[in-house]
Amino acid sequence: MLDLLFLVFLFPLAGFFILAMSGGRFSERTASIIGVGAPLLAVIVTILVGYSFFTTIPTGGAYTQFLWNWIDVPGFHPDFALRLDGLSMTMISVVTGVSFLIILFSVWYMHGEEGFSRFFAYMNLFVTSMLFLVLANNLLFTYFGWEGVGLCSYLLIGFLYKDPANCAAARKAFLVTRIGDVAFAIAMWLIVRELGTLNIQEIMRLAPEHWAVGSGIATAVALLLLLGACGKSAQFPLQTWLPDAMAGPTPVSALLHAATMVTAGVYLIARTNGLFLLAPLGQEAVGVVGTITLVVAGFCALSQTDVKRVLAYSTMSQIGYMFLALGVGAWSGAIFHLMSHAFFKALLFLSSGSLILACHHEQNMFRMGGLWKKLPVTFAGFVIGGLGLAAIPPGDGYFSKDLIMADAFKSGHYVMWGFAVFGAFLTAVYTARMIFLTFFGEYRGSEPHHGHGGPATTPRGWTHHVPLVALMIATLLGGWFGMHISMLPASPAGEQPEILEKLPLILAVIGVIICWPLFVTHREFTARFTRRGLGNQIRLVWFHAMGFDWLWDHVLVKPWYLIAGFGRRDFIDQIDRAIERVFLGWNKVFTWSETGHLRWYAASVGVGAVLILAAIIYS
Amino acid sequence: MNSAEALIGTIPLSQGLMVAGILFALGLAGILIRRNLIYTLMCIEIMMNSAGLAFVVGASRWQQPDGQVMYLMILALAAAETSIALALVLQLYRRFRGLDIDAASRMKG
Repeated sequence: MLDLLFLVFLFPLAGFFILAMSGGRFSERTASIIGVGAPLLAVIVTILVGYSFFTTIPTGGAYTQFLWNWIDVPGFHPDFALRLDGLSMTMISVVTGVSFLIILFSVWYMHGEEGFSRFFAYMNLFVTSMLFLVLANNLLFTYFGWEGVGLCSYLLIGFLYKDPANCAAARKAFLVTRIGDVAFAIAMWLIVRELGTLNIQEIMRLAPEHWAVGSGIATAVALLLLLGACGKSAQFPLQTWLPDAMAGPTPVSALLHAATMVTAGVYLIARTNGLFLLAPLGQEAVGVVGTITLVVAGFCALSQTDVKRVLAYSTMSQIGYMFLALGVGAWSGAIFHLMSHAFFKALLFLSSGSLILACHHEQNMFRMGGLWKKLPVTFAGFVIGGLGLAAIPPGDGYFSKDLIMADAFKSGHYVMWGFAVFGAFLTAVYTARMIFLTFFGEYRGSEPHHGHGGPATTPRGWTHHVPLVALMIATLLGGWFGMHISMLPASPAGEQPEILEKLPLILAVIGVIICWPLFVTHREFTARFTRRGLGNQIRLVWFHAMGFDWLWDHVLVKPWYLIAGFGRRDFIDQIDRAIERVFLGWNKVFTWSETGHLRWYAASVGVGAVLILAAIIYS
Repeated sequence: MNSAEALIGTIPLSQGLMVAGILFALGLAGILIRRNLIYTLMCIEIMMNSAGLAFVVGASRWQQPDGQVMYLMILALAAAETSIALALVLQLYRRFRGLDIDAASRMKG
């Protein structure tokens, strides 16, 4: 049944085309049947393919399905071919499964919204692009999916396009990730020039033969790939687009953060692991980037007031853990955390979507509170997702994150390990803060505020409950299986003392416990402390994401405008202007001759006739 | 040979063409000078007839029927042109309350 593999992406692609061609003429019911049915069929195909993949493991642990030639010139022939191995099998399971649940939830969330079928068309295209990305057997095909994911993120973040702020957020996401895309493209050109192929398996085979460990070219390729991954995965220094991406509807954020888009960078580095093994400096850089991001994003999440922004920074931080894992050589651990993160982050985002609709599009946590009785399903989703995020058992994050930290310690990266453990504490604090503020204490949003808020309403309908419950089960059970992907390099071997192994869990529990007095019983004390003097300063710096937006604005955007301002008056433009001026001059002459007076025209005809006759006679 | 042919036969070609040319110049001058549309139309008629006269003179000089045929055609054209032009004159009169051709000069530049 492995040859059914191409159907995995064909179903969502067909769903996209049908919905896109309908031009919004379908009823909401038809659109949701097509929009949800396509990913459901993809899930079924994935299960069938996975069953036969794991029962009869193909030779070499991988199955390649050749579809057709793409480019065929001498010395360079990338083709459309799908490769199924342990890594891509894991990825397509996560992508199709989680996406299906998110799209099912969207039926509830988007009910009655404008552009219903357009939304489902984009969601299906998003899933298709991500499947291209993970199934591709050459980098050019991966890049095709990579760009498709970027396009869909642009379309979906700007889905509510009537608000200019949403369009600006969409443009920002597209342009910032584009910086990374360019780096990825340059890395591909280097690989083609040096190795003459883009087939990932051949690259892995040829690179060690041609490049020495630590050689300049290998390091350059690894660093460029890292920059590309940073763009898509919202890592330092290209992380600024992710919080603004919250402008899209909440299921979009869920899809963006859990199943598609931000995991693409992690996947890319895991897929090209051979290149990073050749460039120890590049691999070290991956770990450093991850460490910086996880700490910075953890601090930023602490001071946010918007529930979706807390989750956005938590995603950044968790992806930082995955980068750290890749950097210290915990390859399987990174993919394991990617999977468990997909479960609990999808759960948290869908729960926040449910929460936001229940509070009538109110997103400020300080205008919520005490909602656990009113929204039991949402509350359960938040608690279980929060256990996963804060890495407290039985949440799946505990198993994957502790594996990463243990591997970091074993591989001798003690500084990174220290920051990771500190990050675990931060994670627990901001997760607990979010849950305590929204679900405990008294309800603070009874009075509508800017048209949002008001008495909360309990969400109803199976399209709301089923995805949440399914993701809760996945979050609770996902960690127990552990994960080892044989095609990835082995995890570092070493010893870690028993007490240090338990340290992150102890810190996480302490973090949750100290949040209770800080954000439930003695909220006034915390508010007083963070609203004046040094506390206020720190809060503002964290709230504005450490000022990276300001930094990029001054380092890149404004100089760019300045150069563009000079450029519009350079000498090439003068040439263009001269041509324009000649035409304008002649235009004036002929405009002057068109007076509108009949007698003037008659005289012109007469003079013309006389001149022609004279010319004939005297020639 | 009857008397009319004899009469034409005695007029030299150059004098016939000169009369035609003078008539044509008069018509053209009228168009350029007069602003009344009726006069403009009459001047066009004069110019057409001067051209017709030139054809007739040429035909009698070379003893060919083509010139007379051409003159008949010019007459038919002139009749058609006059009927259309008069309709336009009526429209112009209604629109501008007058026949001054310079009033209808909005289509410039």
